[in-house]
Amino acid sequence: MSAVIDTHAQDHHHGPAKGITRWLYTTNHKDIGTMYLVFSFAMFLLGGTMAMVIRAELFQPGLQIVEPEFFNQMTTMHGLIMVFGAVMPAFVGLANWMLPMMIGAPDMALPRMNNWSFWLLPCAFLILVSTLFMSGGAPNFGWTFYAPLSTTYGPPSTTFFIFAVHIMGVSSIMGAINVIATILNLRAPGMTLMKMPLFVWTWLITAFLLIAVMPVLAGVVTMMLMDINFGTSFFNAAGGGDPVLFQHVFWFFGHPEVYIMILPAFGAVSHIIPAFARKPLFGYASMVYAVGAIALLSFVVWAHHMFTVGVPLAGELFFMYATMLIAVPTGVKVFNWVATMFRGAMTFEAPMLFAVAFVILFTIGGFSGLMLAIAPADFQYHDTYFVVAHFHYVLVPGAIFGIFASAYFWLPKWTGNMYDETLAKTHFWLSFVGMNLAFFPMHFLGLAGMPRRIPDYALQFADFNMVSSIGAFMFGATQLLFLFIVVKCARGGEKAPAKPWDGAEGLEWTLPSPAPYHTFTTPPEVK
Amino acid sequence: MGVHTIRAGVLAGGLLFPVWSMADWALNMPQGVTDTSQEIFSLHMTILWICVVIGIVVFGVMFWSILAHRKSEGHEPAHFHENTTVEILWTIIPFIILVVMAIPATATLIDMYDTEESDLDIRVTGYQWKWRYDYINDDFGYFSNMATPLDEIYNRDDKGENYLLEVDNPLVIPAGKKVRLLLTANDVIHSWWVPEFGVKKDAIPGFINETWTRVDEPGIYRGQCTELCGRNHGFMPVVVKVVPQEEYDAWVVEQVAAAETERQLTQKDWTLDELMARGEQVYNTACAACHQPDGSGAPPAFPALKGSAIVTEDIPAHLDRVVNGVSGTAMQAFGPQLSEVDLAAVITYERNAWGNNTGEMVTPMQVFEYKSQQ
Repeated sequence: MSAVIDTHAQDHHHGPAKGITRWLYTTNHKDIGTMYLVFSFAMFLLGGTMAMVIRAELFQPGLQIVEPEFFNQMTTMHGLIMVFGAVMPAFVGLANWMLPMMIGAPDMALPRMNNWSFWLLPCAFLILVSTLFMSGGAPNFGWTFYAPLSTTYGPPSTTFFIFAVHIMGVSSIMGAINVIATILNLRAPGMTLMKMPLFVWTWLITAFLLIAVMPVLAGVVTMMLMDINFGTSFFNAAGGGDPVLFQHVFWFFGHPEVYIMILPAFGAVSHIIPAFARKPLFGYASMVYAVGAIALLSFVVWAHHMFTVGVPLAGELFFMYATMLIAVPTGVKVFNWVATMFRGAMTFEAPMLFAVAFVILFTIGGFSGLMLAIAPADFQYHDTYFVVAHFHYVLVPGAIFGIFASAYFWLPKWTGNMYDETLAKTHFWLSFVGMNLAFFPMHFLGLAGMPRRIPDYALQFADFNMVSSIGAFMFGATQLLFLFIVVKCARGGEKAPAKPWDGAEGLEWTLPSPAPYHTFTTPPEVK
Repeated sequence: MGVHTIRAGVLAGGLLFPVWSMADWALNMPQGVTDTSQEIFSLHMTILWICVVIGIVVFGVMFWSILAHRKSEGHEPAHFHENTTVEILWTIIPFIILVVMAIPATATLIDMYDTEESDLDIRVTGYQWKWRYDYINDDFGYFSNMATPLDEIYNRDDKGENYLLEVDNPLVIPAGKKVRLLLTANDVIHSWWVPEFGVKKDAIPGFINETWTRVDEPGIYRGQCTELCGRNHGFMPVVVKVVPQEEYDAWVVEQVAAAETERQLTQKDWTLDELMARGEQVYNTACAACHQPDGSGAPPAFPALKGSAIVTEDIPAHLDRVVNGVSGTAMQAFGPQLSEVDLAAVITYERNAWGNNTGEMVTPMQVFEYKSQQ
C-alpha cells in the first residue's frame, strides 16, 4: 500500500509525459495554452490563404481566378475561420498560459474540462473545413449567414456548418466557465478584485460576455437547422416566418462577439505599454470601469448593423445614440494609454511597437466606427468596403496586433529564450506597412460606392483594389516570418532572465524563465 | 540598371497603364443630387473633421511623447498614475461632442423616414439576380437585368465604360417629383442602393420597406445591390433614368401600350424559328446565369439542361419546373415573372438548343392553358 502512495506522490513532481499522450491527455494549463496558440496560428494561416485568394481575384476587374460561387465560399470561410478559429482561440491560449501565473494559481480551476474544450476545436474545424470538399461546396452566405440565403437557399453543407458552430460554442462556453471559476476562486491571498492585472480583468468580463451570447448563437443556428431539415419556418417568409428575426438574434450575439475579440487585447496592451514606458498604467480604476461599460453597452447596440433593414424611426434613433455612447469609454481607454506613455522613459522593442501601433490603428478603426454610428450616414456606408475597412482596422491591428504584442512580450517567459529582436522588428514594420496598404484604400473604395462581398467590380474601383491587393500579399507573406521567429526562439537563443523587461510588473515575472511545468503550487502573498 | 529591368518596367507599366488611366482615384463619398444625399454628405464631413481634430490632438500628444520621452534621450520616467480631474474632463468632453453631433443626425434621419405625400409609387422587387419595377399607379412593370456581356466579365472583350453598372431596362422616374419606393424581395434579401440619391434600403421577402427620393436633375444614375444575395450578387446593378415630366408621361403611355401588344402576342401563330430566336434572348437574360449559356449548368446546385431527361422528354415536367420552380432550391417560379410568349419561347429553345434537337415546340397558348388549369 505504501508503495502505491509513493508512486502517486512522485506523479506530482515529474515533468510532462512523453510523446503524443502528453498533448492528448494533458491537463496542464501551459500545454493547453500552447496547443491553443499553435492551433490558432494554423487557422490564421488557413484563413489568411483564403484572404489571398480573395485579394488575387480582386487584383483586377473581371473574373480571372475563381468563379463567383467559390469566391463567396472564400469570403465566408475566411470570416468564420478568422473569428472562431484564429482570434478567439488565440486569446484563450493567452488566457491559459497567463491567467494562473498572473493570479498566483497552480493551474486553471477545471483542468480536465480545459483539455476537453481545446480538443473540441480541431474537431469543429475539421468539420467546417471539410465542407469545402462536399458536393455543392462550403457555406457561401457570408460569415453573418443571413437567412433565407443560408436556409432555403443554402448549400447542402450548411447542416455541417451548423454542427461545427455548435461544437465551437460548447468549447467557448466551457473555456469561459473555466476562466471565471479560475479568477473568482484561485487568486493568491491578498489579490483583491481591484488589484487584479488588467489582462485578468478584461478576460473575466470577456468570459461573461461569452456565456451570455454563445447560447444565443447556438439558438439561431438551431432555428436554421430546424428550417432546413425539419420543415419549420422561423426565417421563411413563405411559411409565416421572419427573415429579420434572424438578424436581430444573430447580432445580439454578434455585437458582444466583437468585444470578445478586442477586450483581452485591451488588457494585454495595458500591461505592455507601462512595461516599456517604465511608468505605471494611468487610471487603472477607470480602465476597469471603461471595460465594464463597453461590455454592458455592447448588449444594447446590435441593431446598428441593421440600419437599412427598415427598423422603425424610434428604434433607429435609440441604437444610434447607444452606439455613439460607446465612444466615451473607448475614448477613456485610449486617453489612458496615451497618458501612460506621456513622460515615461520609452523604449521600442517589438511588443511595444505592436502595442503603439495597436493604439493608433485601433483608434482609426474607432473613428470609422463613430462615423458608422451616425445612422443617416450609415445608409451610404452600410455594406460597402468602408465597413470592410472599419472592421479590419479594429480586428487586424486591434485583435491581431494585440496578440502579436502579447506573444513577443511573453515569449521569453514561455520558452526561456529571447526572440530575435531584429527579425521581430522587421516583422512589425512589414506587417504595419502591408496592413495599412491593404486596408486604408478600402475606406476610399467604400465611400466611392463599392459594395462588399462582390467578386468583380466597376472600373472606377480598379486602382485602389490593386493597391489593396499588393498590401494584402505583403501582409500575408510577412506572417511566415513570425512563424520562423517563434520556432527559432523556441529552439534556442539568448537565455532570458526571469524579468526581461525593465518596467514589467506582475506575478508572472517572479517566476524563472522558462516558467517551470508546475508553478505556484503554494500561492504567493500579494500585498 | 540592366536592360532587362528596364524592359520589365516598361512592360509592367504598359500592362498597368490602361487600368490606371481609365480609373479615377476617388477618395470621398459623392455629394449626390438629392437633398437627402447632400445632408448625409455634410454629416459625413462633419463627423470626419471631428475625428480628424481629435486624432491630431491625441496622436500629437502621443508622438511628442514618443519623440521626447525616450529612454535613449535620457528621459527619466515620471510616477503619476491618476488624476481625477483629467479623467472626468476626457469623459465629459467627448460626451458633449457626441450630443452636438447627434442633433443634426436626428433631424436628417427624421426627414429620410418621411415617406408621406408621394407623387408616384413604384414597387421594387429583388430577385436572384435582377430587379423588377412595378408602376403601381399605371399597372405595368418590367425586369431590369444587367446588360454587361459575359465576354467582358471573362476578359475576352474590352470592358465598356459602365462595366457591371448597365442594365437592359432602367428604372425611369420623373424629375422633381417625390417618388416613393416600396421594396420587397422574391427569394433572399437584397438591398437597393443609388449612392447619388443617398437611398439604400433592404428588400426583404415577406416585408415591404418604404423609402423615397426626389431628384431634380435629369440624368442616369447608377448603383448596385449591396446585400449578399448569392452567386451573382456582384452582377445586379441598379440604374435609374431621371427624365423631365413630359418625357416621363410619354414613356408611360408607350409602356402601357407595349404591355397590351405583349398580351396579344399570345394569340399569334408562332413558328419554331421565331420561338427559338425569342427563346435565346429570354434564356440569356433569365436562365444563363445559373444554367450557363451552353446549358451545361453548374451541378449539383444548377443542373445541366443539355441532355437532361426533363428537357428532352417529359414536356409537362418541363413546364412545371419552369412555371412553378422547384421548392427549396434556387430554381425560381418563372410563371409570374415571364409572359406566356417568353415562357413558351424559352421552353422551346431549351428543347432544341445545344444538341437537344427534339424538334418539339411549346406554343404560348399551351402555356396559357397550362397556367389557367392550375
